[in-house]
Amino acid sequence: MEAWFALLVGIFFAVAVYLMLSKFIIRVLLGVAVLGNAVNLLIFTGGRLTRDVPPVIAGGTDALDGPAANALPQALILTAIVISFSFFAFLLVLAWRAYEGLSTDNTDEMRVAEPVKEPMPPLGY
Amino acid sequence: MAVTTSSPVDLSAALVLGPTAFADWLVILPVAWCFAIGALLIMLRRVIGLHPIIAVAGLAGLVLIDALLLGHVAAKGPMTMVMGRWLPPFGIAFTVDLTGALFALVAAIVALAGGIYSLADINDGGRRYGFYPFLMLLMAGVSGAFLTGDIFNLYVWFEVLLISSFGLLVLGSEPEQIDGTVKYGFLNLVATTLFLVATGYLYAVFGTLNMADIARKAEGLRGSAPLMTLTALYLLAFGMKAAAFPVNFWLPASYHTPRVVVSALFAGLLTKVGIYALIRVMVMLFPVEREELSFVIALAGALTMVVGVFGALAQTDFRRILGYLVVSGIGSMLAGIAVGGPGGIGGAIFYALHSMVVMTGLYFAAGIAARLGGDSSIATVSGLYRKNVGFAALTLMLCFAVSGLPPFSGFWPKVMLVKAALDIGAWWLAAALLLAGFCTVIATGRLFLLAYWRDEAGAAVETVRLPSAVLAPLAVLALLTLGIGLYPEPLLATIRSAAAGLAEPSAYLNSVFPAGGLQ
Repeated sequence: MEAWFALLVGIFFAVAVYLMLSKFIIRVLLGVAVLGNAVNLLIFTGGRLTRDVPPVIAGGTDALDGPAANALPQALILTAIVISFSFFAFLLVLAWRAYEGLSTDNTDEMRVAEPVKEPMPPLGY
Repeated sequence: MAVTTSSPVDLSAALVLGPTAFADWLVILPVAWCFAIGALLIMLRRVIGLHPIIAVAGLAGLVLIDALLLGHVAAKGPMTMVMGRWLPPFGIAFTVDLTGALFALVAAIVALAGGIYSLADINDGGRRYGFYPFLMLLMAGVSGAFLTGDIFNLYVWFEVLLISSFGLLVLGSEPEQIDGTVKYGFLNLVATTLFLVATGYLYAVFGTLNMADIARKAEGLRGSAPLMTLTALYLLAFGMKAAAFPVNFWLPASYHTPRVVVSALFAGLLTKVGIYALIRVMVMLFPVEREELSFVIALAGALTMVVGVFGALAQTDFRRILGYLVVSGIGSMLAGIAVGGPGGIGGAIFYALHSMVVMTGLYFAAGIAARLGGDSSIATVSGLYRKNVGFAALTLMLCFAVSGLPPFSGFWPKVMLVKAALDIGAWWLAAALLLAGFCTVIATGRLFLLAYWRDEAGAAVETVRLPSAVLAPLAVLALLTLGIGLYPEPLLATIRSAAAGLAEPSAYLNSVFPAGGLQ
């Protein structure tokens, strides 16, 4: 099962990298969303994949019987999901504002902060 | 395996059962304080007249708390406080050693200077937009990153400071700022995601996220686990955060767009958090891997220095020159991390602290120059020297400091780094350090020559009085770098023991696991 998950995570990463290499912000944004999910799946795989064995300690014992999924990575993923979702929301609004304000979503044309032709400073003194 | 016990479970091995010592609260106080003030400011969002007063008082309090913390750590050694009573490695630990306390104190001083500068820089619009709450939350994130002893927690603090920095960066929503924020936002989010990837692998390998526990277990796992991959991933993630060479271009694209005080704080704080995290992970957790990667780090450092300073030479905008100088300084710190040993690590820590003070001061100077000259391009601004002599003198001091000339604070870390590089025979690294310093002199000299000394032909020059809220923080920071430059011994001694504590973290480990802890 881990091997299949590793393959899936790899595909997610490949898709994310491909999308993030685009010039268009909206595709980069989709890439970021896919990347976040790729990382979550990666952490999830790190916590052992088992079916039907919840990590619940039975009454009268104080340790698990046999292997179960590790619950901690799932807690980490929960934190990461919340964070990446809020960032995704922020960047979505930012992309929209950028599209409105700069009337392009092509990063090649976003040269307001770094103008293409700046005046030269005086060369003599 | 089923383990049945008839007696109640002995919790003393896993839980803190007694009350927390009063002094331990000092570890968490910087973060809690910033959050409390930030929350108070958000509650008072309709009374924006009070915001600056509360925020500046809050930042002054933060400086005091961090100074107490540093004093306590210097006297008693590293301290640990655990959250929710769970002992490490189960609970999240806040552990502070000398390195963390030093960074936190200098960050607080820089933030206080920024808070005072903002009195004359942030107008009512900016206040209504939430500049001060964002500033306090940014400081909560920065302090948390310096004080935490848990690597996932470090990721969370990175996100806290990142989201506040987004808020500060778009403050004003001008097209230029939105353009800068797009690049800053996306690339920093990719960097933190890489950090999360590395942390996921780290947990899969070690089964723990506590830094002390990782440092302890790394030795046993060195043969079997892919620690090199992990370290390289961390290097890329933190290098991107710190704006190291191949992944640095988001910084000069964005740092000149926001309000002056915002770029000043960013230049002082954010990249140094990346450097701090890099030092913590590379030196304390994976020293052997750092040794093996040292050529890569040194190469990245040398290229960062040289490319950064060449970028500075090519720019005409005051703040964009400074953006490239921030990048160039990061290269020197990377060189220190690559060289290692007390000289290298101590030099990197010293350079980082110096750079926090100097870069913030220089951005303040850029803001004042734009106020006096009406523009921020050195092609049009001129005659600043005659407009305000005192301000020109303070700028010149900071230009000397950033170039590493004596008697200012940049000199000592540069000496340490060059000496450490020569000691291990890395002459090319020492040459890159000196070349970068030389080119920085030219870049800042060109800046000073054109914007300050050059007179406009035929223009009547009147001296301009500046509000003390902008001049005072600049003067304090410039005098601080002069003070450190003239009398570096106490700071140098503290930095030496901080570097020694990172290289040999037994005191750190003892503070986290007082009785050896659970194995």
